[in-house]
Amino acid sequence: MEPSNLALFWAGVLACAILLYAILDGFDLGVGILFGTTKDEAHRVRMMDTIAPFWDGNETWLVVIGAGLFAAFPDVYAVFLGAFYLPVLLLLVGLIFRGIAFEFRFRSERMRRIWDGGFFLGSTLVAFVQGAAIGAMMRGIPVTNGQFAGTPFGWLHPFAILTGIGLVLGYALLGAGWLVLKSEGELRDWAHRRVVWLAAGVLVVLALAFTITFDYSVLARSDLQTRRWGLAFPAIGVLALAALAVGVHRKRHDAVPFAMTVLFFVAAFLSLGVMFWPYMIPYSITVGQAAAPDASLQFLFYGGVVVLPAIAAYTIGVYWVFRGKVRKGYG
Amino acid sequence: MDLDPVFLSRLQFAFLISFHIIFPSFTIGLGAWLATIEGARLVTGNPLYRRVFDFWLKVFAVSFGMGVVTGIVMAFQFGTNWGVLAQKTGSIQGPLLGYEAFTAFMLEATFFGVMLLGRDRVSPRFYFFACCMVSLGTMFSSFWILANNSWMQVPVGHSIVDGRIVPADWRQIVLGSVMMVRWPHMLLAAFLTTGMCVTATGAWYVLRDVHRAEAGVMLRWGLGLVAAMIPIQLFFGHLTGLYVLKHQPAKFAAIEARWKTQQPASEVLLAIPDEKSERNLYAIEIPKLGSMIASGNWTAKEIGLEAFPKEDRPPVLIPFFGFRLMVGMGLIMLAVSWFGNVLRWRGRLETTRWFLWGTFLAFPTGFVAVLCGWFTAEVGRQPWVVYGLLRTKDAVTPSLTTGDVLFSLSTYVLVYSVVYSFGLYYIYKLLHEGPTADAKAIPGATGNRPLAFADNAESATGGKLRPEG
Repeated sequence: MEPSNLALFWAGVLACAILLYAILDGFDLGVGILFGTTKDEAHRVRMMDTIAPFWDGNETWLVVIGAGLFAAFPDVYAVFLGAFYLPVLLLLVGLIFRGIAFEFRFRSERMRRIWDGGFFLGSTLVAFVQGAAIGAMMRGIPVTNGQFAGTPFGWLHPFAILTGIGLVLGYALLGAGWLVLKSEGELRDWAHRRVVWLAAGVLVVLALAFTITFDYSVLARSDLQTRRWGLAFPAIGVLALAALAVGVHRKRHDAVPFAMTVLFFVAAFLSLGVMFWPYMIPYSITVGQAAAPDASLQFLFYGGVVVLPAIAAYTIGVYWVFRGKVRKGYG
Repeated sequence: MDLDPVFLSRLQFAFLISFHIIFPSFTIGLGAWLATIEGARLVTGNPLYRRVFDFWLKVFAVSFGMGVVTGIVMAFQFGTNWGVLAQKTGSIQGPLLGYEAFTAFMLEATFFGVMLLGRDRVSPRFYFFACCMVSLGTMFSSFWILANNSWMQVPVGHSIVDGRIVPADWRQIVLGSVMMVRWPHMLLAAFLTTGMCVTATGAWYVLRDVHRAEAGVMLRWGLGLVAAMIPIQLFFGHLTGLYVLKHQPAKFAAIEARWKTQQPASEVLLAIPDEKSERNLYAIEIPKLGSMIASGNWTAKEIGLEAFPKEDRPPVLIPFFGFRLMVGMGLIMLAVSWFGNVLRWRGRLETTRWFLWGTFLAFPTGFVAVLCGWFTAEVGRQPWVVYGLLRTKDAVTPSLTTGDVLFSLSTYVLVYSVVYSFGLYYIYKLLHEGPTADAKAIPGATGNRPLAFADNAESATGGKLRPEG
């Protein structure tokens, strides 16, 4: 079934929202993961400062994705959330605990350890289940009659565990890049040192995942064979990581580690796109099959063209107001 | 009742939505209250109104934040637990709920930020305008939720293609006659909920002899607004009853605990309905009144539950008591607000301590009424999730196991008890302290982070504000 133009429009909107979400929430989740690797209170306060004005807005995109899927591709919404019932639960719990840590950690000395633990564990959990879901998607999701037909722990395959760990490290790398970009002095150097190890870590985990645990027979079900040019994307991603791992960013502009990591994420996202297209639930439901009737997509369109640019403008506005290095905290 | 995925999923949805609805109903009312009091300040220039405004703005920020946190969880429930519902009706429910999310984002992204952080940066007129827009935004949010739920209660404007329920006429879906009765009913419920809270807070301060000037404003405005709105609400409640009678006769019979078809029908005031023997125990009934309430005359025939096959009947206990509790709460609000205005007229409002105590204790009446009203509407719709089109037991995600839902339900209960106790404790601290310190944003506050805004020098959890880092 060929997708209508409206279906393509909404698929494009959702794809952009997912990529934006991964990068934006990725760096603040990553800072949350790195937060757990230091005991230095001064570092911790500064780390929180670099993401405090942004994290909630970043999560807005997750709700755009959820609401957009339900409205424009109800089948995908139903199958995806059914297939990842437990991971989605953990995702929400993780998001809640790291969210309240922002509001409560500065209000209580006694409870601070608990909120801090929640902040680190919540961030790590969210990153892990997202990565595991991507891994499980690459292996394919069983569907019967438009509903998920697998088991509750079907997603928890060694490959998915490795992609989960990979995304934890990947988000931490984004977070380290963000810290280099937004901080000065000791914290900047601290983050700088971690960039190298994290980039190498992501490379190793991905290499393990794709050599030991990936079942290449699923590729026969994807259309990747007809799009060999698409292999350029994983190549770009690996090059970007390798460059960071050997330390090309040293003594260069502070934006380089973050920019290189973003390049890696974009390349990885496009690799997945090349692998999955035209499927939305690989390798069972295509974009055309999943799309709601045009009457729904049209109705939603009017709201989307007003709201999405407004959210984008607001996001840009917040980043502009809080631009530059964090010096004395944002007041 | 078996602990099967359907029952547990219903329990989970009921738990999550109940703990969510409390905050939106409070913030819809608070948004309107803030716009009202800011308007009054703009007209009169009375600085007292500014202090009252600043105080309730902090409470608004915290409730808004709690509403967002619990709302995000709701956004995923239709897919995780009600996959068949999402698949079959997603092309109608999805866009409606999508618009709700859009509305909420617009609100956060625009005027809410101005309201929280822009007091000194924009003109007073524009600030008032921003308050009105935030209030409108909260109302629009509820508009989409009610449009969606009204469609589930009385589906209109759809067609069925390949077993899926797809939109045919959006105008009917969004602006149907049922929606036009239920939305005002919900809005008024939210206004009354907040009105009672504002009034009770005023009474509390008078009883404790603190913030007397502000307390006077809260008492007088609260009592006045509730007294004016409650008759309108009773009228819309009546209209809501009429739609139920017309479109969902089984729900109506359950609310009335009318097992047998009667002519003329009596009205059961109180009883313990016994679902097994299909009769009422210890019933207090008034003959003929049932016909009068439903049909407007003393002789009409009213159908009972026996007219419906067993598998099409809703449970009786919850709609029966839910409805009566809701009406009871409405009558308490009526009594408190009207009597309070009589006292005020006689100049004895702030000296009649027993009345102030009663008013203070009446603070949860609005919340109880909202919850009971929704329990009545939702349980009364059973066994359907989309009335007449899709049964609840057929709507659940087929791959779900009992273990899945037991685990998720207990996790949510655990997490919500932590988050809720802190949120409520924080709101309690704000209310207890009253309109003292000026609101002061902690660093990094944006329109997206209302909780950060609501902080002030006295911390909620007894700690200190962090040093400037």
